[in-house]
Amino acid sequence: MAEKIKIAQYWGAGCGGCDVALLDIDAKILDVHAIADVVFWPIGFDGKLKDIESMPDKSITVSFYNGAIRNSENEHIAKLLRQKSVVMIAFGSCACYGGTPGLANVTNKKEIFETVYKKTQSTDNPEFVTPQAHLKVKEGELELPEFWDTVKTLDQVVDVDYFMPGCPPTVNLIAMAVDAVANYVTKGTPLPPKGAVIASDKTLCDECKRERVEKGRRIEKIYQAYEITPDPKKCLLDQGIICIGPATRAGCGAMCPNAQMPCRGCMGPTRGVTDQGSSMLSALSSLLNITDSESKMSEEQIMTLMTQVKDPLGTFYAFSLPKSPLRRTVTERGKRKVS
Amino acid sequence: MNSEAVHAGSHGGDGGSEHFEPKILVFCCNWCSYAGADLAGVSRLQMPPYFRTIRVMCSARVDPEFVIRAFEKGADGVLVAGCHPADCHYIGGNYRTRRRMALMKMLIQQFGFDPDRLRLEWVSAGEGEKFQKTIIEFTNTVKEMGPTPYKGGV
Ligand code: SF4
Ligand code: SF4
Ligand code: SF4
Ligand code: FES
Repeated sequence: MAEKIKIAQYWGAGCGGCDVALLDIDAKILDVHAIADVVFWPIGFDGKLKDIESMPDKSITVSFYNGAIRNSENEHIAKLLRQKSVVMIAFGSCACYGGTPGLANVTNKKEIFETVYKKTQSTDNPEFVTPQAHLKVKEGELELPEFWDTVKTLDQVVDVDYFMPGCPPTVNLIAMAVDAVANYVTKGTPLPPKGAVIASDKTLCDECKRERVEKGRRIEKIYQAYEITPDPKKCLLDQGIICIGPATRAGCGAMCPNAQMPCRGCMGPTRGVTDQGSSMLSALSSLLNITDSESKMSEEQIMTLMTQVKDPLGTFYAFSLPKSPLRRTVTERGKRKVS
Repeated sequence: MNSEAVHAGSHGGDGGSEHFEPKILVFCCNWCSYAGADLAGVSRLQMPPYFRTIRVMCSARVDPEFVIRAFEKGADGVLVAGCHPADCHYIGGNYRTRRRMALMKMLIQQFGFDPDRLRLEWVSAGEGEKFQKTIIEFTNTVKEMGPTPYKGGV
């Protein structure tokens, strides 16, 4: 049989869930084994970076990179794998859009270090010792990855061929990707066009089985998911629970709404949309009730109505902040006090 | 159109408010506010020249992403102008707009911007003076706040 291809899987700033997800494909892992040798997989086995460094360029067929990029090591390995691989796949929401770690873009290195190494209840660190990127000791110099202020997506650092969103990507989507690679290797079937998102082109609501109000959709009040027991058949958004489905790409089978939980948007924005957050903000604002006395309502009353949405940024950008146009928060410098 | 900005605004090097020429983006709905802006122009009402106008069919056409994009591209302030409540050419477009803009203000504040960098105002076709007043006030507010804190998302 033909020589096996080489694949690599790496975790950047992620949780490990994506690495486990790859194992969830059960027997399909044998298909992977039939065609591929795994040359690098830090969570799976001990591998040395220098072995990868010594490989010829483009000698790895596919690299699956999960996790976002939040330190110099994440970036270094992203660049290295890009150089050594024919196909680079952003695997999972963190790599594609920043994911949960990307929410760190509401803060910065200084604040994170202060919280983690000083303020947490369980921390006793009176001298505020924090990790240093370089430290000279008498045996030589010690080095740690440099921690950054801003979390980035994989495609903000290297050229990415395919995107596999999901937190983590579902078994079906991974199987789709494995099949595409296997068919390419064994039968010469062309790969999907560069930049393709390995998921559905529809909107999550399209694959959700809950019944929506078709005409004159209106919500009176917004509820947190824990405040009410929703009707199991009806659309959650119609019941006042913020479900990010309208602004989210399909592909997961609407898992969360099926389990009585609102979608939080892990599949990222729908096709053609870049800013998932403002897309959801738009969808939600159009649904909030308009009454006959609307023309007499003041802007203050409207503001009160909208403050029912407790944390717009955290709700609408739960997985996509680094990929949004603004990418991170800013700090006003002016003398004027922010009200 | 007369009221359209003629000078390209640019930030003073030191950010000092005297040299600060803000970049202000104004979205005007076709049916009321654009006509109001035009009236201000043909009536030769004096206004600070730091704004550029984009005409949209209805204030509800201002997708929240437009506002986000404006700030991404370096706008120091964004003004959305539409028909007064009950006057929207498309019946309730402005009711959507006001809900979105209220939420957008909360959002941009979470992003760290002074929420007053985004303003919503109702300007009818006959309100040239209100348009002028709004532009003067908003320009002053933006000047007071200084240049946008956005630095390319890094
Ligand atoms: S996408 Fe989700 S499962 Fe994958 S690394 Fe990120 S947080 Fe973990
Ligand atoms: S909003 Fe949520 S619950 Fe409603 S149809 Fe869309 S995905 Fe399903
Ligand atoms: S329903 Fe939404 S949050 Fe849940 S898995 Fe699907 S895309 Fe992700
Ligand atoms: S047409 Fe002016 S706000 Fe709708």
